[in-house]
Amino acid sequence: MKTILEIKNLSKNYSGLKAVDNVSFKIEKGHVYGILGPNGSGKSTTLGMVLNVVNPTSGSYEWFEGTTTNHDALKRIGAIIERPNFYPSMTAVQNLELVCKIKNIPKDKIEEKLNVVDLLSRQHSPFSTYSLGMKQRLAIASALLNDPEILILDEPTNGLDPQGIRKIRDIIQEIAKSGTTILLASHLLDEVEKVCTHVIVLRQGKTLYCGAVDEMNHNHGVVHLDAANRDGLFDFLKGQPYAVSVKEEVEGFKVVLNQPVDLGKINAAAFAKNISLNKLFLKKQSLEDQFIQLTNHN
Amino acid sequence: MKRLLDIEFHKFKYSKSSKVLTIIYLVIVILLMFTGLIQVNINGFKGSLSDLGIFNFPYIWHLSTYMVSFLKIFIAIVIVSLTANEYSNRTLKQNLIDGLSKKELILSKLYLAITLALLTTMIVFIASLILGLFHSDYLEIGIIFSKMEYLPAFFISHLMFFCFCLFAGVLVKRSAFALGLIGVWWIFELVIRGISSFIDFKYEVDTWNVIQHILPLESASLLIKEPFTKISIVQGGIEQITQGEYIKDYGVSFINVAVSMVWSFLFIFWSYKILKRRDL
Repeated sequence: MKTILEIKNLSKNYSGLKAVDNVSFKIEKGHVYGILGPNGSGKSTTLGMVLNVVNPTSGSYEWFEGTTTNHDALKRIGAIIERPNFYPSMTAVQNLELVCKIKNIPKDKIEEKLNVVDLLSRQHSPFSTYSLGMKQRLAIASALLNDPEILILDEPTNGLDPQGIRKIRDIIQEIAKSGTTILLASHLLDEVEKVCTHVIVLRQGKTLYCGAVDEMNHNHGVVHLDAANRDGLFDFLKGQPYAVSVKEEVEGFKVVLNQPVDLGKINAAAFAKNISLNKLFLKKQSLEDQFIQLTNHN
Repeated sequence: MKRLLDIEFHKFKYSKSSKVLTIIYLVIVILLMFTGLIQVNINGFKGSLSDLGIFNFPYIWHLSTYMVSFLKIFIAIVIVSLTANEYSNRTLKQNLIDGLSKKELILSKLYLAITLALLTTMIVFIASLILGLFHSDYLEIGIIFSKMEYLPAFFISHLMFFCFCLFAGVLVKRSAFALGLIGVWWIFELVIRGISSFIDFKYEVDTWNVIQHILPLESASLLIKEPFTKISIVQGGIEQITQGEYIKDYGVSFINVAVSMVWSFLFIFWSYKILKRRDL
């Protein structure tokens, strides 16, 4: 698989404070990555370093397997950081034309990309007259201008209203579907959960986890069950090898699993013991639960 | 280089302040061209300024480059604001993320400074040529295009000043403060002048004569020396008062050219170093 970005032992100190501490990970083509972490965990600093705006204290990184210089590599990616930065007196089109000149690409995609983010009707208004949501969408259009090999988004929905968040999220999902590699930094977990296949979890500048979302914690989810005969069901569940814990709730029992299970077999086994289940379903652990669990454990 | 100039002029073209200031600059230059019609009365001489012979070739090259030099502050504000606004709008960061290297960024600003210095030199050349053709008593080609060293001197002094502005913009990141810094530096040079003149007077040495060639603004201003005492009527007046012959070298001296070039280089070099070291 083609590696797009490889980070090796990257560190950044701000006057004694370790903002990023020995972070290493790899971004491979075709995946959608989320960088998770609470505020101040070093997400933006890490991105700033690979985007050539923050000087690393130590460590190194390599774009596209080291085949180009850093600033030429940046011409092949699309990135927006924290908040949209454009020239206030220029219109959307003039701003994008400048980006084309910097990236050394033809200007013929401007209209197409403005259409993707739904800004065609305001293309000739100065940037200073835009709302925050429109500014953020223009930033996405700008990042897409060169049909980037990787799209880097740092908190793209920060400060937006619900409609704005939904709009940006739809755009991101649309881009992800087209097969573009995405690196999305966020502290909003449901945002990441909806689009990402892989996650990198940072806390206080350290990598806690890097890998597929499903493999983040070695657990197999939770089975919810209920039956009219609750006492019988409880006795039955206690004897099962897959049950780590059994907890009675208003809506039935919650069984935490230690191995993958076949719900059909559970049903058959329960029926054999004369317990007829009226509720049986498996629930995967949410990213939020996993994240909290992971950050608490370490 | 063409790409970098293209990028920089895109920014220049769509910036309000640069448009307004450039127009003000051009309007003042045009207004100055009409000063030839002003009627004066000095020392028993009556007539328009042009009758004084100040628009004669080749003297006009000296006079106009000297006078128009004062207007460079307008273009300097353009450069300071274009540079400092890159910081306040955070577009500098975005430019770098979009794939401009820090070296290219400084180079593009340098190219803009060179181009603006060239353009202002062209403007003063054309304006003086027109003015001279209208008013000069001598119109032989050999005389018209003689003693034109003031034009390259004009270019170099402007370039040095623009590089200084670029450096100030990069250093303090806010246009108002950057202009303030230039003002403070100018006062600083005046203070140095005061101190060294005092030392010269007290100990009968000649420190100012050395220092004036080292300070950036002072050295650049020495590139084109004041032209007024060259006018025969003024010179006559001075000789009357001092009872002696008034001799002064009005030429462009090599030391000032060299010092200005060195300062230009240093300002650009330091700007690059600062940009390179700084986290954005």
